[in-house]
Amino acid sequence: MRIEAALRAARDSGRKLLVPYLTGGLSDDWVASLLAVAAAGADAVEIGIPFSDPVMDGPVIQAASSAALDRGATPVSILDDVSGADCDVPLVVMTYANIVHRAGARRFAGSLAAAGIDGAIIPDLPLEEQEPWAPAAADAGIENIMLVAPVTPDDRLARIVEQSRGWVYAVGLMGVTGERITLAASAGVLGRRVKAMTDKPVLIGVGISTPEQAVEAAASCDGVIVGSALVRILLDGGGPEAAAAFVGSLRSALDEAY
Amino acid sequence: MSGSRPMAEPDDTGRFGEFGGRFVPESLMPACLELEAAFTRAWADPAFHAEYEDLLRTYGGRPSPLTEAKNLSARLGVRVLLKREELNHTGSHKINNVIGQALLTRHMGKQRVIAETGAGQHGVATATAAAYFGLDCTVYMGEVDTQRQELNVFRMELLGAEVIPVTSGSRTLKDAINEALRDWVASVETTHYCIGSVMGPHPYPWMVRELQRIVGEEARAQCDDLLGGVPDYVVACVGGGSNAAGIFAGFDDTPAKLVGVQPEGGAAIGHGQPGVVHGHRSMLLQDEFGQVAEAHSISAGLDYPGVGPEHSYLAQIGRATYPWVNDDEVLEAFQLLSRTEGIIPALESAHAIAWVVREAGRALPAGSTVLVNLSGRGDKDVAQVREILARTTAR
Ligand SMILES: Cc1ncc(COP(=O)(O)O)c(C=O)c1O
Repeated sequence: MRIEAALRAARDSGRKLLVPYLTGGLSDDWVASLLAVAAAGADAVEIGIPFSDPVMDGPVIQAASSAALDRGATPVSILDDVSGADCDVPLVVMTYANIVHRAGARRFAGSLAAAGIDGAIIPDLPLEEQEPWAPAAADAGIENIMLVAPVTPDDRLARIVEQSRGWVYAVGLMGVTGERITLAASAGVLGRRVKAMTDKPVLIGVGISTPEQAVEAAASCDGVIVGSALVRILLDGGGPEAAAAFVGSLRSALDEAY
Repeated sequence: MSGSRPMAEPDDTGRFGEFGGRFVPESLMPACLELEAAFTRAWADPAFHAEYEDLLRTYGGRPSPLTEAKNLSARLGVRVLLKREELNHTGSHKINNVIGQALLTRHMGKQRVIAETGAGQHGVATATAAAYFGLDCTVYMGEVDTQRQELNVFRMELLGAEVIPVTSGSRTLKDAINEALRDWVASVETTHYCIGSVMGPHPYPWMVRELQRIVGEEARAQCDDLLGGVPDYVVACVGGGSNAAGIFAGFDDTPAKLVGVQPEGGAAIGHGQPGVVHGHRSMLLQDEFGQVAEAHSISAGLDYPGVGPEHSYLAQIGRATYPWVNDDEVLEAFQLLSRTEGIIPALESAHAIAWVVREAGRALPAGSTVLVNLSGRGDKDVAQVREILARTTAR
């Protein structure tokens, strides 16, 4: 329960939570970027294990995924890279069902644990397809973070919230990952619905790309996940410093506002 | 599995044996559940069947004839019967599925349909139904395919659809499906995703097979009239597998051998392993880490690394077999059927013919009776074939 415990402690100390996402294997120095964003005020970091057909991702993360695959990144190489890293915030992987399925749920969960990963987000495993992944993850000590969407009805919401480990991932809008000019109204509505239902940490992700949007979204929940905006910086050639500067700007905006 | 026929309803997780399921993001789950309920209700309702069948007759041109291919039969030494789905409105079996899904779209109160297309046949069928029912329509098509099948792009636009070329990945059918799913994640409250084959999350593989079973049921009755029984073999090409599932569904409870013919470069059953993509678990061409491989086929409609889950199941239980043919054999068959029978087949359907030509007197014993689903006509392919033939004669 490392993630949930860490996030609860941070939240209960009065801080809004911040979880940046970056694509694993994107460049030679991607682990340096990971450590830099962790040190810049992240409460956990999400590592994307690239998949050839990422249907929940918009153009930026699609481009990063294919760039990483073109460089030869594999689930094994990414976990190898991470297992040497000394990171003091919890680490979570985000990947797609076929990556888990191909390795086998038990083997995949075991390889995450061996690499020092604490949790996983598999967006194309809905409530109905949790077997065999959820029990395999639980047995390996991997927190299985589940997603809720603006269209999720209350009865489903309750069941997902109950089963989710680590935090509850509220998808802020109907759509794929990517930067948006304004925060969708659906984000706050969903954040409040989930918060009313659980004491678990509730984070909103998808469509949050600026410090202003992070502050606005965090009003309805415990914190935010920021992916595409950070990945775009890395894709444009920004290194660990640029990544850390961006995450630092999100951190200070949240700290100033709350 | 309920019932005793091999092609029964999937279980309540949407599985045929271990294949199928609902591997979609939470944003799409409520829509999949809504569609399952809507289709289950409609399919039990005689009024829905009456409307669907009436439209297929008065608008779609059903029933399609069964033609005895006498010249080809004489040449091959096996008796070849052709189920003429290429004579349907829009030129393929795809219209059967689309009319059903368009009716459901209306029942669910949605105003927009989206579709993926490979060869363009499903896109054209969807654009046609959208025009007929007054729905907005967007079709995703891999950029490679918009070039191979230029005329179909124009046909869809004439019919009032918006065609979006997809530039990600292999820029073929698999990527068109990804892009359609991304659209649907954002538009699901107003939009129905009209999937073109027996694939995707439950209920699609089951629903599309049911909407295509009219092919098999008609053919069964026609064979009964002509042969006083069933053929020895029922053969169809397999991309996702909808024309095969439709014709197989009329014969799954008979002694007829069921054969689904795959393209050599996209033979998920045989060269693939179980995988999860596009909403279902089925056989899939992929690497050791689960990255999906690119298929290669002369025909855009079969250029797909996966296969519908029910076919993986039928292969596993041994009820159907799934051999493959190569592009050269397909080109030969394309020309042979044109010359012997005066029927230009779609390159997809030419795969089924190619297998019969190759195996007559071998896997197909001399004198056997073979029913082939002629899923589409070749008008869309003549420009591409002319180019290929010009290149090979020049060589
Ligand atoms: C004429 C024709 N046959 C077959 C197919 C392959 O689809 P399925 O395997 O679903 O029948 C297509 C797809 O584009 C087609 O146009």
